[in-house]
Amino acid sequence: MSKKDTARGLLVSPIRNGTVIDHITAGEALNVLRILGITGSTTECLSIATNVESRRLGKKDIVKIENRELRKEEVDRIALLAPQARINIIRDYQVVEKKGVEIPRILKGVVRCPNPGCITNTNEPVESTFEVLDKGLHCLYCDWLIKDDIANHII
Amino acid sequence: MYHIISIRDFERKDLDYLLDRAEEFETGRYPPGLLEGKLVALLFFEPSTRTRMSFAAALARLGGQSISLDSVEASSIVKGETLADTIRVVSGYVDAIVLRHPREGAARLATEFASVPVINAGDGAGQHPSQTLLDLYTIRKSMPLDGINVGLLGDLRYGRTAHSLALALSLYGVTLHTIAPGGLEMPVNITLKLRERGVEVVEHASVEEVIRELDVLYVTRIQRERFPDTASYYNVASSYRITTQLLEGVRDNLMILHPLPRAGEIDPAVDRTPYARYFEQARNGVPVRMALLHEVMR
Ligand SMILES: Nc1ncnc2c1ncn2[C@@H]1O[C@H](COP(=O)(O)OP(=O)(O)OP(=O)(O)O)[C@@H](O)[C@H]1O
Ligand SMILES: [Mg+2]
Ligand SMILES: [Zn+2]
Repeated sequence: MSKKDTARGLLVSPIRNGTVIDHITAGEALNVLRILGITGSTTECLSIATNVESRRLGKKDIVKIENRELRKEEVDRIALLAPQARINIIRDYQVVEKKGVEIPRILKGVVRCPNPGCITNTNEPVESTFEVLDKGLHCLYCDWLIKDDIANHII
Repeated sequence: MYHIISIRDFERKDLDYLLDRAEEFETGRYPPGLLEGKLVALLFFEPSTRTRMSFAAALARLGGQSISLDSVEASSIVKGETLADTIRVVSGYVDAIVLRHPREGAARLATEFASVPVINAGDGAGQHPSQTLLDLYTIRKSMPLDGINVGLLGDLRYGRTAHSLALALSLYGVTLHTIAPGGLEMPVNITLKLRERGVEVVEHASVEEVIRELDVLYVTRIQRERFPDTASYYNVASSYRITTQLLEGVRDNLMILHPLPRAGEIDPAVDRTPYARYFEQARNGVPVRMALLHEVMR
């Protein structure tokens, strides 16, 4: 554990191995877990802190997941909700890797198309596919544009 | 493999090329039997007479043959089998697939499972590129597309033909005049996109106000389902009806187009004026579809 943390004190107990997602937009921690597919029934040992004081963001959320190192595509989904999030990989109590999140150009199977007539909302064997544009998420099947409330459409 | 899915996939040079090809087919400048020995599946999961018949006619004129699915078979397939499986199976029978489906994005999906080219013949409220091409073709036969004044009248909110035509015309520096009943205006994201592409879009409260400036008036159907009751539908529909009186003082070259079928939008008396070009427009579906079929199977 770093000296600094010891000094300020960790809100939750330290983890030996795993991932800390830090600097999550305040209030989005639960959505972050949802898009990582971590629900009440999964076996991961987690701690969540919400609305923690942060010098950079005012308030932030933090999620710590033991014994799991996030994959690249999981990390990128997080960017949709929390573009400032930082991923810290912890091994043997130390931060061994720190990375930002990056919004992918194409989102496959991440967001459900709000258009009820869209072919991706049927039993067809395809995943929803959205292209990420400045003005929103664009469904590559039906051309629908999701402009806001992205979290509500995440599968 | 070359598929024809959405007018958005085309650049101006692609459109021009296809329109030139259609012209060759219309004027008979092509060798006989170009698609002889080719078999095409017409998969229509939704009723359509014109589109289906004009694809069949286009194919027959090129010496090709079609097999098709009637609506009873279509509905049993819809119930039991995914479109993906149908497409995989039918791909094994034919050289190309023409697909009409009630779901938006169905044609895009089909391209992922097809081992032969797919032509989108309309997917729900989505795309119908052969209609847009024949609209462009009809206009271009009478005048160059560049810089013309086009009026779009009717249900511009849900009317997919108007949206795709507007997007295609945006490649030609036209001015668009929109005339739509309250609540059926063109969606903001489409007007934004058009303006982004440098098109001037002018909204008008009535057709009288603008008809004398137009080179093309594109009329679309106003559907009864969009209104709370029959009375308000008739009220609106009658104020958007094209009559011979309205046509006084219009430009000589004005062409009135309509994707058909029409309900009451155009008074039958207008059919006898030189401005009525919608039947010619329907006829142009054949050379345009000949060009598309030939292009994907050449
Ligand atoms: N062993 C550990 N167990 C649990 N949490 C940890 C552990 N080590 C570090 N953290 C947490 O991971 C985050 C990143 O740790 P670090 O020591 O890099 O802090 P920092 O310098 O403030 O980083 P940043 O600039 O990203 O905010 C902090 O929220 C810290 O509390
Ligand atoms: Mg910190
Ligand atoms: Zn969609």
